[in-house]
Amino acid sequence: MTSLRIFFLGGLTSFRALFGWVSPWIYIPTLVIGPLFQILLFAYIGRTTGIASDKFFVIGNALQYASIPCLFAMTNTVAGERQENTLAYILVSPAGRIPIFLGRALPVVVNGAFVAALALVLGGLVLGVHVAAGALAPLAFVILVTAYSCTGFGLISAGLGLRIRETAVLANVIFGVLLIFTGANVPLDTLPNWMSTISGWLPITHGIEAARRVADGASLADVSGLVAKEAALGTAFAVLGYGLIRLMERQARRRASIEVA
Amino acid sequence: MSHTLAVVRSSFRFHLKATLKSSATVMYMVLVPIVYATIAFFMYRGGANEVAVVWIAVAAGIMGLWSTTLAGSGMALQRERWAGTLELLFASPPPFAAVLLGVALATSATGLYSLVATLFWGWAFFHVPLHLAHPVWFAIAVPATVLALGLFGMLLAATFILYRQTFALVNLFEYPVWLITGLLVPLSLLPGWVQPIAWLIGPTWGIKAIHAATTGGSPGGYLAAAGVLALASFALGLVCLRYFETLARRRASLSLT
Repeated sequence: MTSLRIFFLGGLTSFRALFGWVSPWIYIPTLVIGPLFQILLFAYIGRTTGIASDKFFVIGNALQYASIPCLFAMTNTVAGERQENTLAYILVSPAGRIPIFLGRALPVVVNGAFVAALALVLGGLVLGVHVAAGALAPLAFVILVTAYSCTGFGLISAGLGLRIRETAVLANVIFGVLLIFTGANVPLDTLPNWMSTISGWLPITHGIEAARRVADGASLADVSGLVAKEAALGTAFAVLGYGLIRLMERQARRRASIEVA
Repeated sequence: MSHTLAVVRSSFRFHLKATLKSSATVMYMVLVPIVYATIAFFMYRGGANEVAVVWIAVAAGIMGLWSTTLAGSGMALQRERWAGTLELLFASPPPFAAVLLGVALATSATGLYSLVATLFWGWAFFHVPLHLAHPVWFAIAVPATVLALGLFGMLLAATFILYRQTFALVNLFEYPVWLITGLLVPLSLLPGWVQPIAWLIGPTWGIKAIHAATTGGSPGGYLAAAGVLALASFALGLVCLRYFETLARRRASLSLT
């Protein structure tokens, strides 16, 4: 029961604190306007170069932008606590680490999916991209799985945050890597082989491909392989991230570096 | 006047040193524009001539310059707030505008790392020839644009005094300025109503000047326009700063973190 309470209430409280939600307006510039302008920038570069259609960039960037809430939120589960001098209290508490950290991941997955879906809708409206009504439900499912996978990746970043102090730079670098490698803006078949090989092992890549196919008329069954790969990668990242958090926690205790990293 | 200039100089030197001491900040300044340069190189590959690819490298560097100016100015104020020294800066006799001007100029100057990084990246990995049409004009246009970006950044940084969620405002201003200043997208491709907005922003003309110096053209007129608009944004920044300062004092919200 205590673990469930930590999982749900602890996760929700941490999520609210993440944004300093004294005023919810702060959500708008970061997670509504930000992704819209990312879509517009790359869609217009796409129009200049003729490399792909607006639909390609709207879907790619909307899903890729889920990495901002997912990566930054999970990384801040450690960095935010350190900044507020509460990280040590959490790590000495007897509460199980699974409910603490996975509880924080749950609202992040939901929020990441919402941000991506909203970006998709707004980007589509501004650029006049049409998606058939029948594709909306499978598209929503693909977005949810992508946000799950990205949050799992965020847990790895959170683990690294126990060792690295500059977590914002870390999250920005990962965001940049995902922007290049996931095929959000550059078709994977135009990347060098070594890069497209790496792409297959990153979150979001399969989600973007699945979403593009669904938007072009494929059914959920047609893209089930891609969605399964995305979900499997997400689970693997989450397990790896949780292991990394435990490992880094042990090292931080040994080196007395919890507060300083 | 000389006292105010001394404050600007001290603030500039302090923030320049503080920024360059942080290896994470330098890494951010170098890596972020490289990401955008890499994407642009891949997107333009096959469709761009030799002159255009040089411009892509320069444009991505300027994108980094703008990000650094914006994030640097915003976070400098936020750090003062976290350290509890923002009120001291406001209450001390030198004008706060002089301190903020030094911060904005220092952060935009450190952004030059971005420009060097993308030019090197393009040359080393994408075989971009480092050939500039007018090297002397380029050497003039870059610092002039840095100055224009710094003064425009100061105007935006004034809003950071009023709001504690600096990072959100940084996100708000980053992509739109990249887009409407015509760095990687010709302004003629954007909706007609965007162009007059772009013309009112000093860095747009500075970027046009760098473009002309890089690819061939006459940067003189563009530099003059950039200078006039930079001074205008400085004047507007001073007015905004005074207003936001009064508002923050009245609300007693300066120290809220």
